[in-house]
Amino acid sequence: MSSPSTRVEREVTVPNKQGLHARPVLRFVDLASKFDSSIRVCKRDTAVDGKSPMEMMLLEATQGTVLKIVAEGADCEKAVTELSRLVSDGFGEE
Amino acid sequence: MPLMRGIGVSSGVVLGPAIVLETEETRVPRRTIQRAQIPHEMGLLAKAFESARIAIGQERVEFSHRAGTELADIFGFHERWLADPKPLKEIEQLIDEKLYSAAYAVSVFMRRYRRRFQEMASPFLQERAKDVVDIERRLLHELSGESRDELQGEGDPVIIVAHDLTPSQIVALDKSKRLLGFVTDVGGPTSHTAIIAAGLGIPAIVGLGNITANASSGDTLILDGTHGVVVINPDTTQKKEYAERAVHLQEVRANLAELREMFAETKDGYIVQLLGNIEFPDEVPGCIAQGATGIGLFRTEFLFMQDSGPPSEEQQYEAYKTAAEALADRPLVIRTMDVGGDKLMPGGTWEPEKNPFLGLRSIRYSLQHLSIFRPQLRAIVRASVHGDVRIMFPLISRIMELRQAKFVLNLVKEELEEEGFDFKSDIPVGVMIETPAAAICARELAHECNFMSIGTNDLIQYTLAVDRANERVAQLYTAADPSVLRLIRAVVRVGQRQKVPVSVCGEMAGDPMFTIWLVGMGLQTLSMAASNIPRAKKIIRSITMTDARRVARRVLSFETEREVLNFLRDETRKVWGDI
Repeated sequence: MSSPSTRVEREVTVPNKQGLHARPVLRFVDLASKFDSSIRVCKRDTAVDGKSPMEMMLLEATQGTVLKIVAEGADCEKAVTELSRLVSDGFGEE
Repeated sequence: MPLMRGIGVSSGVVLGPAIVLETEETRVPRRTIQRAQIPHEMGLLAKAFESARIAIGQERVEFSHRAGTELADIFGFHERWLADPKPLKEIEQLIDEKLYSAAYAVSVFMRRYRRRFQEMASPFLQERAKDVVDIERRLLHELSGESRDELQGEGDPVIIVAHDLTPSQIVALDKSKRLLGFVTDVGGPTSHTAIIAAGLGIPAIVGLGNITANASSGDTLILDGTHGVVVINPDTTQKKEYAERAVHLQEVRANLAELREMFAETKDGYIVQLLGNIEFPDEVPGCIAQGATGIGLFRTEFLFMQDSGPPSEEQQYEAYKTAAEALADRPLVIRTMDVGGDKLMPGGTWEPEKNPFLGLRSIRYSLQHLSIFRPQLRAIVRASVHGDVRIMFPLISRIMELRQAKFVLNLVKEELEEEGFDFKSDIPVGVMIETPAAAICARELAHECNFMSIGTNDLIQYTLAVDRANERVAQLYTAADPSVLRLIRAVVRVGQRQKVPVSVCGEMAGDPMFTIWLVGMGLQTLSMAASNIPRAKKIIRSITMTDARRVARRVLSFETEREVLNFLRDETRKVWGDI
């Protein structure tokens, strides 16, 4: 386990009022797609592909929902850091 | 080369490419494909995703200029969604495994996808569902090839295939100059769709059941409105037959066109006025082109049945004025709105009725809703300075209704006079004879009006107690029933004795089978769909009044509608071979 970590996960709370609607999903997916790592976003027992707008829309996340972002791959550390910052900043929305 | 039968409501034969209109109300029809077609449908699907994405991209750029980034973001999301390989893959799976057509697969996938949102508890899910619906519409739009809007542009003439069409839709399609004809899943011979198609002279078939499921955009169709038959992707033999019929019909039409400037005059010199029936003022020039010497029935309720809600007094005034001016002093009979029954106004307050045709409809509705009736009368009276405007009240069944309607009319005139409007003080007032009650008491009505017009559609259904829209009894609905013919005779006689003009303005007036009979009965005015005028004129010009009177007398001696029809068919064939 001394090799650089290839899997990172972090929990983050959705702060914005309207939750994960079209525009935040767009922001998230755009950012996630910049990384080589695979990105999964989990809420309790559901997990969706963080690069798929179709699947991300199915994530029922409103204000206060706790999401777990899981990244696997070479740039997973950076991916999780940036993605969780995007979420906790409220996707740049109110 | 499947062949489908429906109800031909407007005659003529055309061949052309189909465009299937996917209305928002209609689900995409379930359509399956042959295994060999899978690659083709996959190709269509991929192309639809691609072109929808490009179209949205262009609109996104446009919107960011016009409406800021917020809307552009929404479109950006749609764009990204369409670029996501996952939905495409899942839809491809439906095509591959279930053999769904691309369009149907899209709609199935989207329906399931939307259902996931509906299962969510959050109040924001509605918004998401809306976004998704928009994407679905884009994809289906791409798959259907063209849309209503694009018909406004240049292009080849097409046959429109739709679940149903509204009157205003048909008029809009017709304006595009690209409408060869149309076919619909629903509708009957007396539906508004049918009436308007006949008015515009566009070949049309309604009541095909599921033509939208069987024809696809781009298919070649032969539409035979005369016989109510549609052929999808005809073979060579069928195409050849079509070409022969088309040439024949063209010859017949050319012969009829020569009649345009001639009177509808019998060989022994009796002249019959042939007028047009319209729903919108734009139809007037078309009527005149067919040889109409005026408008005998302006069905104003169609102005009220637009999606935009009931028209204001000003809008109505403009419509009536436009029609009156286009007629240049030819008569314009404006019928006050005939709503209720099967014609409901959008946005109106309607209590469900057990028997709408015996309920609050037509003049009864108007008299109970003066806030709608008065502006209409004001608009008509004001338009009277622009031509030979006449007012007609529909569905009068008792003398008191005529008196009340005239009372309101007089009030309105007084108002307008006080307000300083110009109008003709002696606008003729007519009564539609559409109920047995009115026919039986025509003498009393004739005393208090300037003209009478027999509306045969309603007169037949009320006399025979048959709902023409109920297919289980529709075959009992016929103008040829002796009871109907005798009621018409009674009204015509009253008119002759009281010197009150009588006309006929129902579909019977335009049916070539009855032309000789009606003329022989002494009717001097017939009002019909414009496309029927040349044919009626041709028949009238081929007969003498002496013969027509003989036919009329003979017909009234028959006991059954079958004898009537057989006899009239034979008599009509003598002068008009192709009926």
